[in-house]
Amino acid sequence: MSERPIRRVLVANRGEIAVRVIRACRDLGLHSIAVYSDADADAVHVRLADEAVRIGPAPARSSYLDIGRIVATAVEHRCDAVHPGYGFLAENAAFADACARAGIAFVGPRGETIERVGDKVSARAAAEQAEVPVVPGSALLEDADEALRYADKIGYPVLLKASAGGGGRGIRRVDRPDELGTAFAAATREADAAFGNGGLFVEKCIVDARHVEVQILADGHGNAIQLGERDCSLQRRRQKLVEESPAPGLPDQLRKDLGAAALRLAMEVGYLGAGTVEFLVDPRTFDFYFIEVNARIQVEHGVTELVTGVDLIAEQLRIAAGCALSVGQDDIAARGVAIEFRINAEDPDRNFFPSPGKISQLRLPGGPGIRVDTGFEAGKAVPPFYDSLLAKLMVWAPDRDRAIARARRALAELTVEGVATTAPLHRRIVDWDEFQAGTCHTGSLETLLDQAARPGSPVTWPRL
Amino acid sequence: MTEHIVHAPFPGTFYRRPDPDSDVFVTESQHVEAGTVIGLIEVMKMFQEITAEQPGTLVQFLVENDAPVDAGQPIARLT
Repeated sequence: MSERPIRRVLVANRGEIAVRVIRACRDLGLHSIAVYSDADADAVHVRLADEAVRIGPAPARSSYLDIGRIVATAVEHRCDAVHPGYGFLAENAAFADACARAGIAFVGPRGETIERVGDKVSARAAAEQAEVPVVPGSALLEDADEALRYADKIGYPVLLKASAGGGGRGIRRVDRPDELGTAFAAATREADAAFGNGGLFVEKCIVDARHVEVQILADGHGNAIQLGERDCSLQRRRQKLVEESPAPGLPDQLRKDLGAAALRLAMEVGYLGAGTVEFLVDPRTFDFYFIEVNARIQVEHGVTELVTGVDLIAEQLRIAAGCALSVGQDDIAARGVAIEFRINAEDPDRNFFPSPGKISQLRLPGGPGIRVDTGFEAGKAVPPFYDSLLAKLMVWAPDRDRAIARARRALAELTVEGVATTAPLHRRIVDWDEFQAGTCHTGSLETLLDQAARPGSPVTWPRL
Repeated sequence: MTEHIVHAPFPGTFYRRPDPDSDVFVTESQHVEAGTVIGLIEVMKMFQEITAEQPGTLVQFLVENDAPVDAGQPIARLT
């Protein structure tokens, strides 16, 4: 891959990730061009960029998701590269292709790679091809006897799933062989009623799994490296709330195996750029299973930066310019522990209902081991049109106990007024024994929230 | 008949349809009951149903489909 210098970067995003990319550009001596919708005219990313261009009204569809408008803006402003951040157009193959056709480097994988890893079936096939373990599952089943034979082979508990299913319907968990016949009949009936198709398959149920993901970087010169793992098991409705690196309590061999598996998959698909390979880890057996590839920079990339010292956005820009990675696998050694807490404009006391509005007061923590990435400041409004991420509070310390102590201190220093945030929940999490023990799995947070739910507290917006 | 105004309980984007390919929840001059869904407001990627608080005739929508609304903004007029 030939080098093609990048001097002017269009940042096709908003909020904290736009600020993050603009900062990387400034560090590298690159000219940054922000784009903004009417809702973001006075946003922090607009002020920090070298130039800023209005691209449309508030709804994302008419601004941050408008491929034609963004590519035209990049061309008009003589940009050599477009950084999509995460969300919006970050994993849109058509956008990547449109940039390429316009002669602009898309900071991310090739369109065809985005397509291949974005589709569940082809991503799973690529993982199997690369000998990366996937959740064991059968093809379409003939009858309950076949389900029984397959379940005996993969071990209980298993899930019976409707092949036409979706939204959690037509799924039955089966813990013992003698329950399977009844469950099969019920699941078939349910699937037939819901989807007009009673076809079922069986999949291994990974109970109380942890979510562990591996950060990768691959350049166009055949270099691919992994930068260790992040544990993102603290989730609510599949939304991550706390992420940390390294994953606590994993055997070293498992860390190596996860990293090697992620790299095999990266090689298999000819990956280019920064990406994340996500796995479920069974905390009892330490077996692991591929879930999906995120073909973009992720929200939680900062914890990897804190423990490895690698600027992932700068590496993305290098790769997009056709340069080789500035670091090799031997240069990567995780030092200490980093934890991120997502401060979302959501109200934990109102079932996490969004809380847009003007931030009347914002005091951010500082001092040793603290990093805060945010696209907001006091006096600015969190618009109702986009995601609720207000700030990412990251802490670093030489070991996990001291990282948690710093997190407790930082969360105490943090003040946000005018909008409700998830900060009070994080203050509970750092004092929670299961979190301190480093044993949380993907169901743990929901259990904590159920315990804390105050009976009778209404889930309503305050009357105006 | 006394007039009744349905207000946006929170800011966001107002939609008159459950999804872009479906019919509108209610048309102007249609009768609604208390609890009838008249639209959706999308706030930070979450969709919340907006309902009529009392029975009546929905005389007029005061905001366009797919338009931004502020908290407290009048959405529809009932008689």
